[in-house]
Amino acid sequence: MDAIAIISIFVLAVFVGFEVVSKVSSTLHTPLMSGANAIHGVILVGAIIVADHSRTNLELGLSLVAIILATINMVGGFVVTDRMLEMFKPKKSGGDE
Amino acid sequence: MSTNLYSLVGLAAGVAFILALKGLSHPKTARRGNLIGAAGATVATLSVFLYVNPIHHLLPVLGALAIGLIVGVPAARKVEMTQMPQLVALFNGVGGGAAALVAIVEYLHLGAEATTAEVIFTVFTVIVGCVSFSGSIITFLKLQELMTTRPVVFPGGRFVIAGTLVAVLGVAVWVVGALGTTPLLILAALSLLFGVLFVLPVGGADVPIVISLLNAFTGLTVAASGYVLSSTLLIIAGTLVGASGTILTRLMAEAMGRSLFGTLFGAFTAKPQTASGSAEERPVRSGSADDVAILLNYARRVVIVPGFGLAVAQAQHTVRELADLMISKGIDVAYGIHPVAGRMPGHMNVLLAEANVPYDQLAEMDEVNPTFGQTDVAIVIGANDVVNPAAQTTPGCPIYGMPILEVNHSANIIFLKRSMRPGFAGIENELLYDPKTMLLFGDAKASLTKVVSALKAL
Repeated sequence: MDAIAIISIFVLAVFVGFEVVSKVSSTLHTPLMSGANAIHGVILVGAIIVADHSRTNLELGLSLVAIILATINMVGGFVVTDRMLEMFKPKKSGGDE
Repeated sequence: MSTNLYSLVGLAAGVAFILALKGLSHPKTARRGNLIGAAGATVATLSVFLYVNPIHHLLPVLGALAIGLIVGVPAARKVEMTQMPQLVALFNGVGGGAAALVAIVEYLHLGAEATTAEVIFTVFTVIVGCVSFSGSIITFLKLQELMTTRPVVFPGGRFVIAGTLVAVLGVAVWVVGALGTTPLLILAALSLLFGVLFVLPVGGADVPIVISLLNAFTGLTVAASGYVLSSTLLIIAGTLVGASGTILTRLMAEAMGRSLFGTLFGAFTAKPQTASGSAEERPVRSGSADDVAILLNYARRVVIVPGFGLAVAQAQHTVRELADLMISKGIDVAYGIHPVAGRMPGHMNVLLAEANVPYDQLAEMDEVNPTFGQTDVAIVIGANDVVNPAAQTTPGCPIYGMPILEVNHSANIIFLKRSMRPGFAGIENELLYDPKTMLLFGDAKASLTKVVSALKAL
């Protein structure tokens, strides 16, 4: 990929990132942090790619550890965020819970 | 799968992540947003298997994925909601570790044909990934209270930290100049050390801000990996997390009334707290559950201020029982929720929602503060720092400037505490010695149960 295209993507993504969370109530800070945390678990994609082209056992071993860690980050992150948000589901007044 | 299709799937996943963050910013769409993010991540992962086909070392790769699932899912499912902040810290740390490992493997791969930019981005990822990893582990240990929650400051600490940083940068230049495995390992070790030193001086109450910052760091490492691996998806996802994480860190710091700079570097300038030995001798007024019940019975307005101690004692349900009982007696009851009640912003809302406390009884700080003047009784349950007037009156104390719940304006204050031990930030609370304060010692749940039965008997 040429450098200009990458810089363009980077700069635009920075602005989108700033924009989407600029106004958020403090109630949602924790779930939002946790959700963003899960998103960077997609480094899993990178870990699988480096595992694929690793040539030595050392490289493969390190890549596999990276896959384990990234999977924990990604899957665990989304699951724990969902559990937090489950608590926020709207309750009807006079509900029978 | 063709390269174009693979790229388009990556783009779709990137859009899913934008929608996820957007959704997570609003209470109504938050859960759906998270699911969209999860779907995007799943599709992105599956697309690699279709694109890189046949994938080398397929079995070990699938095995590693399975191990990650077996460890990650139950950990996320079973964690007590009270311990959720440290789990998030841990997840962030392993993400940083994964990014660092990916970069190390990439580095071992870089041959003479590698561009300087590739080498620089790889080295950047190794440094920041390692800092994020070790820093997150320290925040985990602090939140889990496996180590002291107070700022760890040692003489000359700032010089050690500055020296380590200089060493990291120096070795980084060396590594970029002359590719080699040994210098890279030295760099990784120094970066890990810097992560530890960077987080140690941060006081307990500021730990969430640091987690958020490290989260943004990890995002940036993922973006840098995307550059090296030519993956648009990783660039988009990593940059989004880096940017939104930075904003979120600032928002959190604002909610706590802290400057980001002060949080990160405050401990360098703060003098170690002088142990207040005489404090133990000062008289406090402690009461029984019956005294508390009588006070409540004749109150017209009561504000409950829950803190982390409430969650530790698993007293959420009992406090709701007490609130319901008071409401049935015609008492006006509200919960005053500090933005950082618990261990993270919004943590207390999660814990009370779990106990089915109705939303409309939860009042945010700005709403509830003006009403303390008309409040007969404020019950502070397992909270301390968030009601400590020192934040307004004592310049130089670690929480100075943090907005507090002004329970000191109410006619009576009841503290349910286990002991006279100071709060998470480790600061003495003058309010405990106030003449209008009554202390009820004991486990929050046991105390509340006694108050409930005493109030029923009245």
